[in-house]
Amino acid sequence: MNRDLLNRIESRLNRTDEYEREPVPESKLKGWRAFLGMYAGEHTAGTEFVIGALFVAHGVSAVDLVLGLIVGNFLAVLSWAFLCAPIAVKTKLTLYWQLRKICGGNLANIYNIVNAIMFCFLAGAMITVAATAVGLPFNIPMPELDDWLPTSIGWIATVFVVGTVITIVAIAGYDYVARFANISFPWMFLVFVAAALAVLPGLGVTSAADFWPVAKERIWTGEPLAGLTRFTFWHVVFFAWFANMAMHIGMSDMSILRFAKKWQMGFSSAAGMFFGHFFAWISSGILMAAAAGAVAPGMIAYNSAGIAGAVCVVIAGWTTANPTIYRAGLAFQAVTPDWKRWKVTLFTGLFTTIIACFPALVMNLLGFVALYGLVLMPMGAVIFMDVMLFNKLNLTSNYAEKKGISFNIAAGLTWFLTLTLCLFINLHFGVEIFFLGLPGWFIAVLLYIILSKLLQRSHQPIEYPK
Amino acid sequence: MNLLLKLLSFTGLALTVVPSVLVFNDVLAFDMHTTLMAVGMILWFGSSPFWMKEKKL
Repeated sequence: MNRDLLNRIESRLNRTDEYEREPVPESKLKGWRAFLGMYAGEHTAGTEFVIGALFVAHGVSAVDLVLGLIVGNFLAVLSWAFLCAPIAVKTKLTLYWQLRKICGGNLANIYNIVNAIMFCFLAGAMITVAATAVGLPFNIPMPELDDWLPTSIGWIATVFVVGTVITIVAIAGYDYVARFANISFPWMFLVFVAAALAVLPGLGVTSAADFWPVAKERIWTGEPLAGLTRFTFWHVVFFAWFANMAMHIGMSDMSILRFAKKWQMGFSSAAGMFFGHFFAWISSGILMAAAAGAVAPGMIAYNSAGIAGAVCVVIAGWTTANPTIYRAGLAFQAVTPDWKRWKVTLFTGLFTTIIACFPALVMNLLGFVALYGLVLMPMGAVIFMDVMLFNKLNLTSNYAEKKGISFNIAAGLTWFLTLTLCLFINLHFGVEIFFLGLPGWFIAVLLYIILSKLLQRSHQPIEYPK
Repeated sequence: MNLLLKLLSFTGLALTVVPSVLVFNDVLAFDMHTTLMAVGMILWFGSSPFWMKEKKL
């Protein structure tokens, strides 16, 4: 490769900085179609193959599943539309740069590192899912429900191949990610539906009238597998609502919705919720029941849709891992401002790929998803209060920027105390992690108001008589 | 040209989902359903990128 070519590649990659550190200009705003495609693609993903199957493993009943998904997904859409989108449209900044204004550089950096690590784990799960399909033609043994460590050298090699390809696409920028998600979604969604439809006769469904009785007796039976807790209607509601808590209530989708022309575009998340988190979760439950309890998504999809099913698992993992690695790269970049985004994304992708080698993450995905939303949620509450309500409460918004401080103690304590109180509620009252986000948000809001009152009063300038 | 590409794309989507309906109704063998889905996949990804244009950010 000659030096000119290397310089051209370097120059092209450096041009992919996408307004991470400044408000998005009017000319770069996008319409409904971009967000519908983005959300639909992102939430019809590789993890849907696992989540739907794990609902079956947790013994949810058919009625609880359907009603719980309708209610929970509806609440998630409202959270995007009324909490995240208005703030994204108002500030036009990424979560990370908005946090810097509110919390100061040091606290924002701590948050960014935690955030980016969480995103890496999530993207790692997607890569694991994609690898279960890529490894099929090579007869690589697939992880089982109780596997935690890498199962073979072949498995590790497969994960690294998938991780490398996904990282290269993420480096190319969000434009490519959105385009790929847009193109893939209609086909991917139909593969989910077709695969489930084709295996139904094997479960004893030969007409529409047979579906509901079979669903109750052979798919969502209400009986959990040994060692797993039983999921109720409320588990399904709160899981569906909070599965993307970090993105809506936690505000990380400010990075995406800052490109929206108006806040109502937050409702475009419905495309992801009702195609991906309703039909796809139901489909993957059916596929797991038809596969007699197997959980490796690649195998399940191949058995029900052949090569197209296996490719669907790869693409489904890919379209979700890409924006997640992109977001993680943005978060890490805020901590390393001297690095170009493509270099940060490269290292993020490598870290994510190493995580993906461990199947423990995917096999405990429901708990991890709930934890990831909960850990990031308090800072979403801080941003919401600061941007939307602080002026009305006679409090100073963007306090760190205005006072020139690097650690807003009110925001830092809000984050720490909220998570401590959530842990206390979990340990003392036995409230499961899936439900902690709701009380946690109100705790965070109250704490931030009280602590900001105290902080800002103590920082008032002293006025001397003339 | 665009019309032909769209026709190929929608044929690809039809080949993805219609065979499963036929399997459900016991009209088509399961193996043929997986073969037709693979053909549908090739048609979709071979044609849709050329007409599904996306505005740049």
